[in-house]
Amino acid sequence: MQIEQWFYSLPLRLRSFFHPNQMDQELKEELREHLEEQIRENVARGMSQEQARRSALLAMGGITQIEQRCRDARGGSLLRNFTQDLRYGFRQLGRNKGFSALAILCLTLGIGANAAVFSWVEGILFRPYPLVEHQERLFAVAATVQGESSPDVLSWPDFLDLRRNCTLCEDSFVSTIRGSTLNIGDHAEVTTGSIVSANYFDAIGVHPILGRGFEAGEDVGNDAHPVVVISYPMWRNRFKGDAQIIGKTQRLNNVPHTIIGVAPEGFYGTFVGRAIQFWVPVSMEETFDKGGYKLEDRGARWIESYVRLKPGVSRAQAQQQISAIATQLQKDYPATNRGRSIGLWALWQTPFNHAGELLPILEVMVAVVAFVLLIACANVGNLLLVRSFVRRQEMSVRLAIGASRGRLLQQLLTEGLILAVSGTAGGFLMAYCCRQLLTVLPVRKGDALYLPGAIDGRVMAMGAGICLLVALITGLVPAMQTNHLDVAGALKAESGGVVGIRSRRWIRSGLVIFQVCLSFILLVGAALLLESLQKVRSTNPGFSTTSVAVTGVSVVAAGYDVPRAKTFQNELIDRLSGLPGIESAAFAAVTPLGYAGYSSSPIAVDSYQPAPDEQPEVEYNQVGPGYLATMGIPLLSGREFARSDDENAALVAIVNRAMVMRYWRGQDPIGHRLQVKGRWLRVVGVAADSKYESMSETSKPFFYVPLRQDFVRNPDLNIRTTQSLQSTLAAVLGEVHALDQNLALYEMITLQEQVDRATSPQLVAVTLVSTLGGLALLLAAVGLYGVMSYAVAQSTRELGLRMALGADAANLRRLVISRGLRLTAGGILFGVVAALALTRLMGQLLYKVSPHDPVVFGLALAVMTATAMVACLLPAWRASRTDPARVLRD
Amino acid sequence: MSKPSDLVQGTLDMLILKIVALEPMNGWAISRRLQQISSDVLGVSDGSLYPALHKLEHRGWIRAQWKSSENNRRAKLYSLTPLGRKHLEKETANWNRVSTAISGIVQLKEA
Repeated sequence: MQIEQWFYSLPLRLRSFFHPNQMDQELKEELREHLEEQIRENVARGMSQEQARRSALLAMGGITQIEQRCRDARGGSLLRNFTQDLRYGFRQLGRNKGFSALAILCLTLGIGANAAVFSWVEGILFRPYPLVEHQERLFAVAATVQGESSPDVLSWPDFLDLRRNCTLCEDSFVSTIRGSTLNIGDHAEVTTGSIVSANYFDAIGVHPILGRGFEAGEDVGNDAHPVVVISYPMWRNRFKGDAQIIGKTQRLNNVPHTIIGVAPEGFYGTFVGRAIQFWVPVSMEETFDKGGYKLEDRGARWIESYVRLKPGVSRAQAQQQISAIATQLQKDYPATNRGRSIGLWALWQTPFNHAGELLPILEVMVAVVAFVLLIACANVGNLLLVRSFVRRQEMSVRLAIGASRGRLLQQLLTEGLILAVSGTAGGFLMAYCCRQLLTVLPVRKGDALYLPGAIDGRVMAMGAGICLLVALITGLVPAMQTNHLDVAGALKAESGGVVGIRSRRWIRSGLVIFQVCLSFILLVGAALLLESLQKVRSTNPGFSTTSVAVTGVSVVAAGYDVPRAKTFQNELIDRLSGLPGIESAAFAAVTPLGYAGYSSSPIAVDSYQPAPDEQPEVEYNQVGPGYLATMGIPLLSGREFARSDDENAALVAIVNRAMVMRYWRGQDPIGHRLQVKGRWLRVVGVAADSKYESMSETSKPFFYVPLRQDFVRNPDLNIRTTQSLQSTLAAVLGEVHALDQNLALYEMITLQEQVDRATSPQLVAVTLVSTLGGLALLLAAVGLYGVMSYAVAQSTRELGLRMALGADAANLRRLVISRGLRLTAGGILFGVVAALALTRLMGQLLYKVSPHDPVVFGLALAVMTATAMVACLLPAWRASRTDPARVLRD
Repeated sequence: MSKPSDLVQGTLDMLILKIVALEPMNGWAISRRLQQISSDVLGVSDGSLYPALHKLEHRGWIRAQWKSSENNRRAKLYSLTPLGRKHLEKETANWNRVSTAISGIVQLKEA
């Protein structure tokens, strides 16, 4: 409609909405006027008054119909019709309570699953940090290294240079996650904290509710400022909301820290996937980070940092400036920074927290819930088709008394809208209840994932969009049926007519095939993820998981200097070796798969010529004598470190297989030189590859140096034992106390526990996808059951006839089940084709599982078929109970 | 209540516009005028006339006003709007083009 037309029609439309009675009155008056003129003319022609009236009425036709057509022609009654339809729709749904409940339940599940996943996407990836100001201008900062595919973190000196020179950045801050042992009396447990720059709380605009944040200068020095800000939950739960908390001390990693502040409620720090429990300044790095003092080491990368750009600065502009800073750093410090550039990442792509690993999982989840929604819609469509059959009579009557098809469509769409809105309301309720679900799923003491959902405007808008889509689908499906409606035939037929049966059956069968197909795809997807998780968890990490326990001793906190720490380590190992059940024990700076970062160093090897802009850099671990044997890491050639490999002996190293392949091209490196941090080491052994940072990583170059030759005071203690964790703990604690009563142990766990903690995000993903897969299967089964029951109910006559002609109950059961299985087979056929195409997209989520794994497909096939059988059983049983005599009589 | 099946779709609209273009008149008068000028050939029923009038009003081509007629009764008088006049001109030109073409074909003599 043109704009100028609105000029004329808008007042009319408004009038017909607000004064419908007046409009009707005028219409009636107009038609009456016409009638009277006609009568007057007829009388003038010589008819009697009575005759004239009848003739005029006859000439005019049905006045009611004319009135209705005039109203329709106006179209302005759209809103009025809508309210009318709404009232009628509610009455209709109220009359069919079973139908309405089932349809709304299906939609609630479908839309609820979508809303929940969207809220997680929103809460985890797009608005990850509650209470933090201006997150839209916040970016993660990390280094990209020449020749490496994954980004690396920065060093503290690099970060300081970046902060000083980035004029386009409003603020730059550091928030590096570290685990820590929290000591309460004799009891020790692991908690998660952040090492932050002193400007942290000011930069993110979060202000402690008690006490203060950090002050400038508190991030300078080595272990110089043992102060801590604790989280609200920690204050509430552990300190019982003590109002006098400020100034009290809490031991973290056995170092007493003064509590200077309590963070506000609802602030969980800035790490996607974890709820941070405490914050300490960067100066406390050595207490929490295992590789020694790193604040002055440009080669020690451990800084997880962020910048907030100034308003109006684009990411590209900032990136340009930061790249220039990185180039300058390369020039100034070639030894450590050659080939390293610095990049900006959107928060939801942050390379150093769980965002990166959750992104593909959430992508799959979005696809999965879309499938669930489609299945739910197909179910509702099926229900509506059955009902449209029942309502055929009603629709025919409406058409007969003058409703246009458009008007019927409007009515059906309104009913669809009522269903969709109810389902959406229910769905949002469900999503609201589920928003913390991801957080509570893997309940691991002290180490729970924190994956909150957020229901905000964007999620609401998404839900509203889905709601309209569903309304359209659920309204149009039955509307298609009214096209086949033959008014006269439908009015004549009493019941059980055959109008449209064939086409309807095909639509319904099609919907079931569609559902089976989608559920099959989901089953395959869930099974693939499940198998992948199995593989990840059962994959050989390259070290023993069951018989090794890990803990640590708080010598730094007890004030041990380096010589005293060295003596202590030797004495403790000697004592432990003599204990029954303990096979061996060894210190190591870092335990695999934990938070703590390995040390890394630029390396040089005689036989390897790096590319001009390449600076080979390899991570390493400082380990004590017998470490490989204790951990169960096979020694491929050469020897392990011995007690004699100390600070006075020649510098040595053990390299792993991947490093041999890369830097010695597979040649035996024993006796060759390796340059680490400018010093030449002699390779004495080759260890097998193992997992270092994550279970799903591929093998990468790595090496070990003797702890005594690159000393850290607070290494972890690995113990190979045949005893239970409990008795090992008691035994170790006894020996430690025998040496020094003031020392405490860190939390003791098995390496299996360490592996489980590292794979908990995958566990969450698998749990969710499996749950949704189950939901989809259930919905599909309900759909199949509905179609089969309806088919049986419709064909009682045929079944009765078959029975009368000699078919027995078993024959009929087979008949029904085989029809159900035919539909299922059709669905599975499409499902296999679609799954083969789609599971390829999951490739990056799968670990050592082919997306086309035949076992998985077979399994999904079996589950789907079994489910279909179960869904058909009741209808089949009902069919077999057909009473031929009664059916034929009727 | 027969539909004007013989009427080319849209022709009724054009006829109505043409009639009210001459002077504002009510439904009854339009109905009479339609019968007169088309000599009952078109057979427009009143059942089609009124919905058509309401549709045209809704589209903004004609405008309705309640006026007292000469015998002191209220009557709904329809008149052409500027928008309607434009539409009528367009439709008339169109009609002339099409009807000339068609009558040309119809009058072709077999050779």
